[in-house]
Amino acid sequence: MAGKSEQPEAAAQRAAERVARESYGRLLAFLAARTRDVAGAEDALAEAFASALKLWPAEGVPANPPAWLLTVARRRQIDAARRRQTRTGGEDHLKLIADEMEEAAATPNEIPDRRLALMFACAHPAIERSARSPLILQTVLGFTAADIASAFLIPPAAMSQRLVRAKARIKEAGIPFRVPDADEIAERLDTVLEAIYATYSKGWGEIGEGSAQSLAEEAIWLAQLVAALLPAEPEAKAMLALMLYAEARRPARRGAGGAYIPLEEQDTGAWDAAHIARAEDLLRQATGIGASGRYQIEAAIQSAHVARRLAGADTWPAILALYDHLFALTASPVVALNRAVALAEIDGPAAGLAALEPLGEDKRLLDYQPYWAARGHLAARAGRREDARSSLTLALGLAADPAVRAYLRTELEKLETRRP
Amino acid sequence: MRYMLLIHFDDTQPTSPEEWKRLSGEYAAWLGAMKKAGVGLGSERLQPSATATSVRVRDGKTEVVDGPYAETKEQFAGYYLIECEGLDEAVQWAARCPGARAGTIEIRPLWSNKNAERGWEE
Repeated sequence: MAGKSEQPEAAAQRAAERVARESYGRLLAFLAARTRDVAGAEDALAEAFASALKLWPAEGVPANPPAWLLTVARRRQIDAARRRQTRTGGEDHLKLIADEMEEAAATPNEIPDRRLALMFACAHPAIERSARSPLILQTVLGFTAADIASAFLIPPAAMSQRLVRAKARIKEAGIPFRVPDADEIAERLDTVLEAIYATYSKGWGEIGEGSAQSLAEEAIWLAQLVAALLPAEPEAKAMLALMLYAEARRPARRGAGGAYIPLEEQDTGAWDAAHIARAEDLLRQATGIGASGRYQIEAAIQSAHVARRLAGADTWPAILALYDHLFALTASPVVALNRAVALAEIDGPAAGLAALEPLGEDKRLLDYQPYWAARGHLAARAGRREDARSSLTLALGLAADPAVRAYLRTELEKLETRRP
Repeated sequence: MRYMLLIHFDDTQPTSPEEWKRLSGEYAAWLGAMKKAGVGLGSERLQPSATATSVRVRDGKTEVVDGPYAETKEQFAGYYLIECEGLDEAVQWAARCPGARAGTIEIRPLWSNKNAERGWEE
């Protein structure tokens, strides 16, 4: 820092960052809603932010920064549409933007919130599945393609291409910016929730700190937004509850030196009680609304784990029943895996192993690290040393996270010293 | 899609015997996992770059030089040939490679992929 002359710039920078954080998605959703031109709206908004960083230090931060940015961005959109006017559609584009301006003028202090409609467009079934979460992160939260790429372990150029393709599709395929009607919302909400949950999983799956953790926080923020905007949807609440149960355990799942600690060995005193209380409340609300979907069952399983570890209640039979229910709904091999682990807690490791073994034939589980880790643990408990060794070794080969690798190495060493 | 995973690392840094034992165990586990998933096609590990000899012919004159082709800190140390769905999966396998923690894994699609007409991505 070089003295007072930099202060207005720093203040302008901070103000711009704050607006970006709080209003980026709102501004973008509004700018793109009618024209469905997400890329064009992004460009206009980027130029507006650039102008802000140039003008605010000299002129001071305006009283209503989002409105200021919106006005400048809309002017940029109009300029761009005029430049394109010779091509077909230029007039239509201008008309749409004029409609937008009228609407915004009618509500000068608050920009209409179209973020939910934007999310439904981003997670539309016509958009490539792998592009949905990245697109939401970029449009609602203003993440750069490079940030998203590193979070999703995708090369930056490939991620940029994917995002560009998805935006072109919204525009060309006529994907609407609207919240679906009551009769189709359940089905369409699934893809939105799935995209947000995939973001959370990215932030949870890898134990590592830093970008993964912030990704989890962003996903929770998005889930809160959806739950608040759709208060009548039980699955939106249940998904948020599920994320909060997981998030509550984050401080407890790493020991000294960053060692991985499985659920059973976690110090429950380190769990975040406020997160758990909120999760329980959300789950109750969701259950009160009705029909149990995937997220509601999964959140109920987490609630049962909490009751088991905190109050010492034997909730394994309830957990097993919930997994049965969930498997009937999803037929997912990962659910079958978790069900087998719950079964082992009730009928012993041999019963769990018997349920696990047929799953080893499933191609989708061949490179699924948790499957081999679970199988290794159950085999060790059942005294099947060879199976335990080969399964834990496979799990080690599939783990990218150093904490998980260290944990699996320790498990393998314990196996060598254990009496046969 | 077939990819070559090229392992680059600084082979001038000494590796302790314990570290070496741990690394070999992890490499064996990684190779076992690739075999189980039906992904691994072949691999070779090279002797240290200090053993390298470089040859080139310029204007009809053959030059033989001691040492590797490029004087970089991280040297080519070995390769793994894999077959998987696409680049996303190749990146996952590379991230699981023990060599990714100490060095860098370069992922290159094979030229023969072009015949498959499936493009670079997916």
